[in-house]
Amino acid sequence: MLGTTITLAFRAINRHKLRSFLTTLGIIIGVAAVVTMVTLGNGATAAVREQISSLGANVLQLRPGQGFGRGGGGPRPPDFKERDLTAIENQLTGVRAVAPVVQSSGTAIYEGNNWSTTVYGTTSAYSEVQQWKIADGRLFLSEEEEAGRPVCIIGNTVRTNLFQGTEPIGKRMRIKGVSCQVVGVLATRGQGGFGDQDDVVVMPIKFVQRRFTGDRDISQIMVAVDDAYDTSTVQASLEELMRERRKIKPAAEDNFNVFDTKQISDTLTGTTTILTQIVGAVAAISLLVGGIGIMNIMLVSVTERTREIGIRLAIGAVAREVLLQFLVEAIVLSCLGGLIGLFLALIATAAIAPLMQVPFLFDIKVNIIAFVFSAAIGVVFGYFPARRAAALNPIDALRHE
Amino acid sequence: MPIADPIISLRGVTKVYGEGPTAFQALKGIDLDIAQGDFVAVMGPSGSGKSTTMNILGCLDVPSAGTFLFKNHHVETLDRDQRALLRRRYLGFVFQGFNLLSRTTALENVELPLIYRGEDKKTRYDMGMAALDKVGLKDWWDHTPAELSGGQQQRVAIARAIVTHPDVLLADEPTGNLDSERSVEIMELLTDLNKNSGITVLMVTHEPDMAAFARTIVHFKDGLVERVEQKVTA
Repeated sequence: MLGTTITLAFRAINRHKLRSFLTTLGIIIGVAAVVTMVTLGNGATAAVREQISSLGANVLQLRPGQGFGRGGGGPRPPDFKERDLTAIENQLTGVRAVAPVVQSSGTAIYEGNNWSTTVYGTTSAYSEVQQWKIADGRLFLSEEEEAGRPVCIIGNTVRTNLFQGTEPIGKRMRIKGVSCQVVGVLATRGQGGFGDQDDVVVMPIKFVQRRFTGDRDISQIMVAVDDAYDTSTVQASLEELMRERRKIKPAAEDNFNVFDTKQISDTLTGTTTILTQIVGAVAAISLLVGGIGIMNIMLVSVTERTREIGIRLAIGAVAREVLLQFLVEAIVLSCLGGLIGLFLALIATAAIAPLMQVPFLFDIKVNIIAFVFSAAIGVVFGYFPARRAAALNPIDALRHE
Repeated sequence: MPIADPIISLRGVTKVYGEGPTAFQALKGIDLDIAQGDFVAVMGPSGSGKSTTMNILGCLDVPSAGTFLFKNHHVETLDRDQRALLRRRYLGFVFQGFNLLSRTTALENVELPLIYRGEDKKTRYDMGMAALDKVGLKDWWDHTPAELSGGQQQRVAIARAIVTHPDVLLADEPTGNLDSERSVEIMELLTDLNKNSGITVLMVTHEPDMAAFARTIVHFKDGLVERVEQKVTA
């Protein structure tokens, strides 16, 4: 019986092509909107996650002081020493790599070109911690690190602005008035959550300490956690170790802080996920409006086709069959709308994703849910008109003009 | 006069529309027997109760009181769906206004009752084409009602009514919308179906010319059967 009902429904839809299309339009737009929004939102979330992971996955940042930039009233908490670095390396389990960082900013000059940038003093371990790759040239040699030689690795932004197309490897440039030789260029990392990550000059920490900061303090220690270990456990033992080393009394607050990059990652991806959900919900309302459109047209259709319903009832259709036919018509319309909507969403997302610079992530789950939802709308909003059609009295229906 | 083993038998059938003081008694107690294979014309002025009777005979409506036996089965006690199944199985309908589905080919219109019977595509096609052949429209099977003349449309409607090989064909003023030439053609077709296919034909008509094709003429007046006229056949 269902098979013939579907045949009848398709015939009826076929008889009124334009009207069927217009009826479906609401669903088409609704489904396309929902799927496009959610797919782009997921792409944006993935893009954010990708950018954050470029900061280095599972990296703990150890800084002196409480939180970010809190001055406080007392004396400035002391920076770290090289022996803190050694202690972390030797006493902490679950550590993949440890890199000290000293930061400075200054102007780099090469053949009359100026570029203001950030100088990181660190060791080769930094590239391991941050998963930075060298595009050209090489990392520091251990001899260069030990002696604090004037060598540097530059980011792509510095390369573009300073060298303007000429080969930088082996060239000597001046940074903060000191001459240094370019030995490597970092692979492009793009815009992270924290500005242009390619606008850097990396130098051996001993050089930066000697020539720029003037002491042997380390302002930041980056600790990369081994994937096999839980970041929060390592963070706890790092905090314990540092309290011990900095001789903080049990009741006193830390005078350092450990910052987990994964936390930022979670916060930011959480935000984009919520945004995706909100936009998706707004689009879902348009789907609902599309469902009301179907109900509207189906009700008009029942009135208009009263005589047809009368004929069907007279020649022996039972009420259930008439109900089923109209219900199936509504479901077929909404399902067709759903399919067309999915197809349009596919085209739209494929076109928009590159413009928004987010990856195009086809999510079969989102598509299936949207389709099932559109079918459900057909059932819900098709039922009322179908019941009205089935309840018609054949005599009255046949007399209907 | 009583008829032996009638296909249809009404006893004391009344029909009241509305309730209380505004109630209107359309049928005031009808007794009527119709013999298997008869060709009956139902005549009478408007409001005489002939349409109400036809609706009851067509199992589209139920009597307020009285009994309706169809093939010795009580119809007045059947519910809506049971009556629908009875119509599907035993009855065929032809209306004054043809009542074909628009934008639908002649064959698809004729197939409609077969769809509700659950026949498969092949059977539907074969039976549908056979019915169209019977009404002489085999070559017009893929034409929509808009592409057919009034007479042709009524033939398609008749094909739709007989495609299930019903026992009774109910025709409500089948020639009301046709000119006299087409009317005669339709009447000849009904006569042929009655004679050669053994279908009992019940027809409402205003026109004595059309009623003349019938063997029995039932005259209605004021909600009662006024008289039953049996045509003497040679």
